[in-house]
Amino acid sequence: MSNEEIKDKLKSIVKPYVKNEEALANLTPDTDFINDLQVNSANLVDIILDVEEAFDITIDNQSMERMIDVKSTIEIIQNKLAEK
Amino acid sequence: MKRVVITGLGVVAPNGVGITTFTHAIKHGISGIKFDQRLADLNFSCQIAGEPEIDHNTKAEYLSDLELRNFNSSGILYGVIAGIDAWKDAGLPLEINDEPDWDSGTIFGTGTSGIDKFRESIYKIDNLETRKLGSTAVAQTMSSGISAYLGGKLGLGNQVTTNSSACTTGTESILMAYQRIKSGYAKRMLAGSTSDSGPYIWGGFDAMKVCTFRHNETPEKGSRPMSASASGFVPGSGAGALVVEDLESAISRGAKIYCEIIGGNINSGGQRGEGTMTAPNPTAVKKCIREAIADAKINGADIDAINGHLTATSKDGLEILNWTEALERKGDDFPYINSLKSMVGHCLSAAGSIESVASVLQLHHGFIFPNINCEDLHPEVTSLIGESRIPRQLIEKKLEIIAKASFGFGDVNACIIFKKYEK
Repeated sequence: MSNEEIKDKLKSIVKPYVKNEEALANLTPDTDFINDLQVNSANLVDIILDVEEAFDITIDNQSMERMIDVKSTIEIIQNKLAEK
Repeated sequence: MKRVVITGLGVVAPNGVGITTFTHAIKHGISGIKFDQRLADLNFSCQIAGEPEIDHNTKAEYLSDLELRNFNSSGILYGVIAGIDAWKDAGLPLEINDEPDWDSGTIFGTGTSGIDKFRESIYKIDNLETRKLGSTAVAQTMSSGISAYLGGKLGLGNQVTTNSSACTTGTESILMAYQRIKSGYAKRMLAGSTSDSGPYIWGGFDAMKVCTFRHNETPEKGSRPMSASASGFVPGSGAGALVVEDLESAISRGAKIYCEIIGGNINSGGQRGEGTMTAPNPTAVKKCIREAIADAKINGADIDAINGHLTATSKDGLEILNWTEALERKGDDFPYINSLKSMVGHCLSAAGSIESVASVLQLHHGFIFPNINCEDLHPEVTSLIGESRIPRQLIEKKLEIIAKASFGFGDVNACIIFKKYEK
């Protein structure tokens, strides 16, 4: 799966949690979930569960801690997909 | 001391969601009790219940799509609907401001919270899937979940808490709000209570054999307070909410005033004497009623109507006896008395608030709703008070003062005195 495809899928996953719609429309690799998209920090775990389900992967605690922006999230998803 | 009035009402009851529907239902004696297939499938003795009907569109009006994701707490749903409705009814704003409303708070009670969510979480944990609980398992299952949801939706900046005292919960919440406003610690408090629906909340009562098993084929006839053929209560659920407000604040806002709270009392029988975990100590019940009357600076003779606890168990006669002795009134001199439970069942922690909403509506509109299912009054009841005191048909009548009492497990009591507002 290409990074672009993952990004599009990720965009639809985070949409319900996002308070800043404009930042979502202009999503870049550097977009930060909490600071830019204004996702409630408690919802990060919900996003991770949704990612696991959408990509059929399991994300370990260490990776979870790094999933705070688009770039690192795509990288982690790629790694987990490669491990499958 | 401040004078305290009620300026907003909201209700989610088995026989009506929203004040207009509920008012119509209680005036016309419409039952909200239905056969419940889940209870039958689970081999309950009592297979009927009173559960409010809420469709998806209504849910979506009160909770966002995000809040409804993995949402599984009927009590929080009912409480949010009733609470927001009461707030709107009081003409209070719902807009989002940066600054909390420091003068407004909530005391919104419950017995348990999100019992279905709790069950779902326990299954996940035991299945080694704790990480899959999601971010809202705590908020939906903590006892104070309902006050936390309401506090956030309304931006409340005063006290935000949940009380819990079994079937007294709802009446207690109103009295706690009353005391806080009377003492000047808040201008307005959203008071009320809620109770979850379903087998996991009702099962314990079924096991105690305090629910009726004789009316599975005739659900609407099942809840029979004060009747000779009463055979136990029908479990129910829902929520009631009242905006309790400082009179000066209500007047300055030009708010509609439903009635005044002129006094009340909360006590416990200490599970001493005849009192136990599940049975009331009559000395404490009578003391609670007498002290509520004294607190309101009225006499027993001033009470026009009583909204009783009257659940349709074998304790109804004892409750009537306690009222006659506390008020020193009996026979045809006894006030009118009714029990909402004949129509909605026993809504447990929500009972006191839903029944208080009904009491306030009676004062405001001038009527006494009918008791249904007691065409065969219990001789214990009629040996104490006249049959005319127990309306079986709607009575349209101006009322001045209504006493409302609730009694709960743990031998706890609460009595509140509502009065028509006069300047």
